[in-house]
Amino acid sequence: MAIDVRIPTILRPYTGGERSVDGNGSTVSAVIEDLEGRFAGIRERLVDEAGGVRRFVNIYVNDEDIRFTGGLDTSVADDSTIVILPAVAGG
Amino acid sequence: MTIERAIQDAIVEHARRDHPDEACGVVAGPVGSDRPERLVPMLNAAMSTTFYEFDSTDLLRLYREMDDNDEEPVIIYHSHTATEAYPSRTDIALAQEPGAHYVLVSTREGADHPPQAGGTPTGDVDFRSFRIVDGQVTEEEVRVVERYDSVSTPSPRKAD
Repeated sequence: MAIDVRIPTILRPYTGGERSVDGNGSTVSAVIEDLEGRFAGIRERLVDEAGGVRRFVNIYVNDEDIRFTGGLDTSVADDSTIVILPAVAGG
Repeated sequence: MTIERAIQDAIVEHARRDHPDEACGVVAGPVGSDRPERLVPMLNAAMSTTFYEFDSTDLLRLYREMDDNDEEPVIIYHSHTATEAYPSRTDIALAQEPGAHYVLVSTREGADHPPQAGGTPTGDVDFRSFRIVDGQVTEEEVRVVERYDSVSTPSPRKAD
């Protein structure tokens, strides 16, 4: 089983330039662990010290922002698509 | 950074309209072209005079649309409504599109078109452009053209 994970420009240095990679796991958290195994350092860019999604990173499972669907515990299935997008924000 | 006058004017108008809140948006262009062509004004979900943030649902829709059109965000713009048109510390810390031109517009001199005989808008709205990469800010020249096809094609950007 493989989940399609879309990687934003800023994180492509971790994936060797790949825009999209396969991930495995039954929750977003598990998929991130799986990615970390192959793309060391990527987890820290997505997850904060408290174990939640970083404030200025958005993660979507099938077009839903996971902040509204259970955070990193959100379930994913074989045919799910995960999209990672950095927030566009500033002061 | 080369930009068509009509697009520059539309960004400035957006900043005037949303003043004193910060206005924000993107100008998309074909991937690799470095040519800002399609203005997409965004809602400032923070609705703040000192902060801006694209709504997360709008953000996903925007990036999907750009993907479908083989576009990328050539310009990411926002306004400062009480300070100069220069990236703030927050702007620098949160900049996450190393390939984009970050355009800053300042309406600190007031957002209204001064009432004048002839009605020509002359409000002083600063318009500046920067690269923000790894916390480093580099200002770049803004070249305003009437139409992109009236100038030579910009040289392709180097790969990241």
